[in-house]
Amino acid sequence: MEGLIHEEYYVNKGDYVTAGSASADMKRKLRQLGVSALILRRLAVASYEVELNLVIHSLGGKLIFDVDSEGVTLISEDRGPGIPDIEMAMKEGFSTANDEARSLGFGAGMGLPNMKRNADEFDIQSKVGVGTTITMRFLLK
Amino acid sequence: MKERRYHSVRLDKSQCRACTNCLKHCPTEAIRVRGGRAHIIDERCIDCGECIRICEYHAKFAVTDPLSALEQYKYTIALPAPSLYSQFKHVKNRAAILEALKKIGFTDVFEVARGADIATRAIRDRLEKPDAPRPLISSACPTVVRLIQVRFPSLIDNIVDVRQPMEIAGMVAKDEFCKKNGCDPEDVGCFFITPCPAKMTAIHNPIGHKTSAFAGAISILDIYGKLRSYVNEQMMEEPDNDTTPLGVGWGTSSGEAMAVCPGNSLCVDGIQNVSRVLEEIENDKLSDLVYFEGNACMGGCVGGPLMFENNYVAKTSLRKLVDAMPKSDPADRVSRSLMQRYPLYTDQEIEPNSAMQLDENIAVAIQKMDHMNEILDRLPGYDCGSCGSPTCRTFAEDIVRGYCGELDCIHILKERIRTMAQQMVELAQTKRE
Repeated sequence: MEGLIHEEYYVNKGDYVTAGSASADMKRKLRQLGVSALILRRLAVASYEVELNLVIHSLGGKLIFDVDSEGVTLISEDRGPGIPDIEMAMKEGFSTANDEARSLGFGAGMGLPNMKRNADEFDIQSKVGVGTTITMRFLLK
Repeated sequence: MKERRYHSVRLDKSQCRACTNCLKHCPTEAIRVRGGRAHIIDERCIDCGECIRICEYHAKFAVTDPLSALEQYKYTIALPAPSLYSQFKHVKNRAAILEALKKIGFTDVFEVARGADIATRAIRDRLEKPDAPRPLISSACPTVVRLIQVRFPSLIDNIVDVRQPMEIAGMVAKDEFCKKNGCDPEDVGCFFITPCPAKMTAIHNPIGHKTSAFAGAISILDIYGKLRSYVNEQMMEEPDNDTTPLGVGWGTSSGEAMAVCPGNSLCVDGIQNVSRVLEEIENDKLSDLVYFEGNACMGGCVGGPLMFENNYVAKTSLRKLVDAMPKSDPADRVSRSLMQRYPLYTDQEIEPNSAMQLDENIAVAIQKMDHMNEILDRLPGYDCGSCGSPTCRTFAEDIVRGYCGELDCIHILKERIRTMAQQMVELAQTKRE
């Protein structure tokens, strides 16, 4: 019988207090599952970026984390505002982060490119006024 | 069955009251209370000594070598950690302490601070390499290295591949002593004068190289009283060696960072603080940082569990001693030819520690975690420690691993008894048909 780990983490807009806790929990689980250090690092970077993205840019949303014996799927779903120009958003150095986020050291415009670089599969769908869904897949072998 | 891992931190069964203080302070969740006493899970223990500090019954202790271990060697060399100097606040000069070490029985003395000078140069070389990982993480604190092996395996490649100052000093001390006196290396025993159990473990289980240059380690706390009686506080002359103030500075937190990379380094002390910052490094939040120095103990080695003085007092004492030294830099006092003579770099891979892993087979591990989550849903979430595991989550993990059962949770047990009592009342009230 194939086991499956499924977790959902709700992330609120502007919640810097708990920012990073979902990513930390995912990392702990992957370590317990014995995922290799190299993949763990890529997942750490991508999951942290995507979690912070929800805090900084979205109106709130959730992270869905699924593990099977072949790989890890991480989906971020938010309630908006949506990205008008995805191509522009994927460019390194492009950022719409506000001053609060920048003062905390975020907003260098590396978030999305960094996620794409670290994931084996990366997909982003967005509709202005509706929301953004990012799907990432990490293969364990 | 895995091979039992050596570590210096141990439990004195007779002193343990099975309270839960140590459980809560262990950074790697390596302690359980079962059968009326604490147990240390060997594979997980990183010898930080937090449990030694927290235990009010002194049931936790560090195994180090007694002074009588010196008798096994014809010649012995004492290699004091720079932090040793911090324990004597009225001493004006290191020479007074070095002389006292000879008086308590060592043939010769060699400062580990000199090893730190050599390590400083070796690490500076590494920082100049364009492909060096950012940040490069110090390898000096063995507890931090082990913490990375257990909790941050993805950062292993960031650890600088330079041996600890202690090991470098040990190699140089033995070699120079044998050359000078024309004796057989077999007859010479190097002893580290240690502020912590982690270094004792590092001698038995070296990280990054096969064998240690040391015959043993002697606790500063064990010899403090004896040493103190021989220290001449009035002694003014400088020791006759090349040690620099930067090397001595390694004894306190930020000393290493200041010597190696004063421009762009971060220094963190205290094991929990170090964990938090390693988490940030793992998330790539500090990729513009060049060098990271992490010390498991507050204040750095001066705050070691085997120290006598309060760590804040000790830090100030060492700072004063360093400030009084004539200025010099390892670049002028450590020659290239000396650096080429010894293996300053590690030659063994540092492996991740899999003690946290639920199973070697990932499919089985997933099933176990699934089971763990089911159990966790039934637990109260108080993290009270009464079951003997530090948190409800680790308790669920221990059940899945087969170390205990759900009824070891007193809250579940209470609930179960309540249900049974109700059933008994119902049974008693049942009328005969």
